[in-house]
Amino acid sequence: MSFGSFIRRLLGTIPLILGISVVLFSIIHLAPGSPLDFYADNPNVTREALEQMRVAFGLDKPVPEQYVRWLWAFLNGNWGISFRTGQPVLEVILERLPATLILSGSAFLLSLAIAIPIGVLAATRRYSKLDTFFTFVSFSGISIPVFWVGLMAQLVFAIWLGWLPAGGFQTVGNGSFMDVLTHMVMPVCILSFATIAGWSRYVRASLIDVIGQDYIRTARAKGQTPRKVIWRHAVRNALLPIVTVVALDIVQIVSGAVITETIFSWPGIGRLFVESMDGRDYPVLMGLMMISSFTMVAANFAADMLYAVIDPRVRLA
Amino acid sequence: MNQLVVSPALRKSEEPRGWSAEVWRRFKRHRASVVGLVVLIVLALLSLFAPLISPFAFDAQDIELLGTPTAPNATHWLGTDQLGRDNFTRLLYGGQISFSVGLAAALVASAIGATVGAIAGFYRGWVDVVLMRVTDILLSIPPLPLILLLSGLVRPSVPTLILIIGALGWMSTARIIRSEFLSLREREFVQSARAIGSTNGRLIWLHILPNAIAPLIVATTLAVGHSILVESALSFLGFGVHPPTPSWGNLLNEARQWLDSAPWLAIPPGAMIFATMLAVNFIGDGLRDALDFRN
Repeated sequence: MSFGSFIRRLLGTIPLILGISVVLFSIIHLAPGSPLDFYADNPNVTREALEQMRVAFGLDKPVPEQYVRWLWAFLNGNWGISFRTGQPVLEVILERLPATLILSGSAFLLSLAIAIPIGVLAATRRYSKLDTFFTFVSFSGISIPVFWVGLMAQLVFAIWLGWLPAGGFQTVGNGSFMDVLTHMVMPVCILSFATIAGWSRYVRASLIDVIGQDYIRTARAKGQTPRKVIWRHAVRNALLPIVTVVALDIVQIVSGAVITETIFSWPGIGRLFVESMDGRDYPVLMGLMMISSFTMVAANFAADMLYAVIDPRVRLA
Repeated sequence: MNQLVVSPALRKSEEPRGWSAEVWRRFKRHRASVVGLVVLIVLALLSLFAPLISPFAFDAQDIELLGTPTAPNATHWLGTDQLGRDNFTRLLYGGQISFSVGLAAALVASAIGATVGAIAGFYRGWVDVVLMRVTDILLSIPPLPLILLLSGLVRPSVPTLILIIGALGWMSTARIIRSEFLSLREREFVQSARAIGSTNGRLIWLHILPNAIAPLIVATTLAVGHSILVESALSFLGFGVHPPTPSWGNLLNEARQWLDSAPWLAIPPGAMIFATMLAVNFIGDGLRDALDFRN
C-alpha cells in the first residue's frame, strides 16, 4: 500500500464525519419536543425564565445556525455545556469513559481468547460431535437477546446463588481491585457473548479454507506434527481475514455497552447515553453519538488499512 | 431389450420445475430450517389468535391481585403482573406487536433498500455517488444508538416505530441490490429489452429487479429477525413500544423490577424472543442455500 493511497483514504473520512455530524444534529434538533418541556410543566418556572433558558441554550436560533455554531465550537474542543448538570460535555463524557473502556476492553480480549480456540477446535474436528455442538451454541449466541441473558445471569448468579453482585462498579466503601473484578465478571461475559459466537464461526470458516491449501499438505508431508501444522502454519494465515471482522465488530461491543451498562448499572458512557436521553440533554447526546461514530469510522479505516498491509494482493482504490 | 425407454420416474425428475418448487425442494433439505419455519408459524398463529386462545383481555385487571405479581396457577398459567393482568395473555398480545413490527419494518427497509440500490446501480454516475455517500454516512453511525436516539426523542407510536426501524435499516440491502444491478445491467437480456424500446422504469422493475430477487429475499428474512430484536431492545430500554401496549421487550423491562421476588415474569418473554430469532436465523440460513443456484 502506498503512502499516497493511505493519505487519500484518510482525507476521505473528513467529509464522511461532517456528513455524520449533519445527520446527527438534524435528528437531535428536528425531533418533536424540546429539552425545556421538562420545565414547562413546572408552575414555578415563569415564561420569562423559560425564554431565558431557551436563549442561554442557544435553542432560539434557526437549526442551521445552531449547527454551524456547534461545529465551530466542536472543532475548537468546546463540546458545549450539559443541559442537566451545567458541566462541560467533554468533562461529563471523560468522567464516564474509563468505566466503558475497562468493560469493553475486557470483553474484547475475552472474546478473542475464547473465540479463537473454539474456532480452531471446531475446524480441526470438522463435522465431529464437538463441531456440531459449537455450531449450535454459536447459532444460539447470535439469536439470543443480550438483555435477556443479562437478566437471567443476574437471576442465577446474583439472586439465587449470591456469588456475584447484581450490578454497579464497586461496593460502597470497598473498591479494591478484587471488588471491582467481581463486579466486572457478569457484564464482561454478557458483552462478549455475541462476539464470541460470531468470531468463532469466522475463525472456523477461515481455518477450514486454509487447511485445504497446498502448503499445508506440504508441511504435513515434510513430517511436521499435526499440532505444529495447525498452530504454526495454518492458524497464522487463517487469522489474517479475521482482523477486519474483529475491527468492524468493535462497534458491536460499543453498542452492546448501552444495554449491558443499563442492566448492570455500570457507570459508563452507555448508561450516560440512556440518562441523557431521559433529560433530552442535546449537547451530551451529540457528543456521545459523535464519539461512537468516530470510533466506527476509525475502526472501518483501520480494517481497510490492516487488510491492505497484511495481504499485499489487496489494492486500495 | 428396450433399454432406451425412459422410466416414468426419471422423466418426471427431468421435467423442468417451477422456480419456487425448486427453491422449496432445496430448502427442505435443511432440517433445522424447516423446524425453524414450523416454530415461526406456530408462534405467529399463537399471537394472531390470542383473542381466541386467552379468555382475558390484554389490559384486563383482576382487582384482587393488585400490588405484587402472583405466581403461575391454574387460572393464570404464567401468573399475573403487579396490576393483576394475566401474563400469558400479555405474552400472546406482545407477540402480535413483535411480529407485526418485525415484519413491517423489514418490508419498509427492503423497499427503501431495493429502490435506492436499484437507482444507484442502474443510473450510476452522480446519482450513484450521492446515494452511496448517504448510505456510507448512515452505515458509519452505530446502528443501535442511532435508532435509540431517534426513537427516544420522538417517543413514537407503533406505526412510527416501524418507520423508524425500517428507515434506519435499509443500507446493507441497498448495497447488495446496487452491486447486483451493476452487473445485471450489462447483460444481453437488458440490452435486448432496451433495444425494443423499454423505458428505464420497465428495465429496472420488470427486467433487472426480478433477477436480483434471491439476495433480496434473504436480506428481507434476516431483516425481520433484526427488526424484532431491535424493537425488543428498544422497548426493554423504555424507548420503543410503551405500556400498556405489551411487547416482549417492555414485558422484560417491567419484569426487571420484580426479578428477585417474581422471576417467573422474566423468563417467558425472553424465551419467545430467543425462539423467534433462532427460527428466523435458521430460515435465513436455509433460504440462502436454497436460493444460491450457483453451487
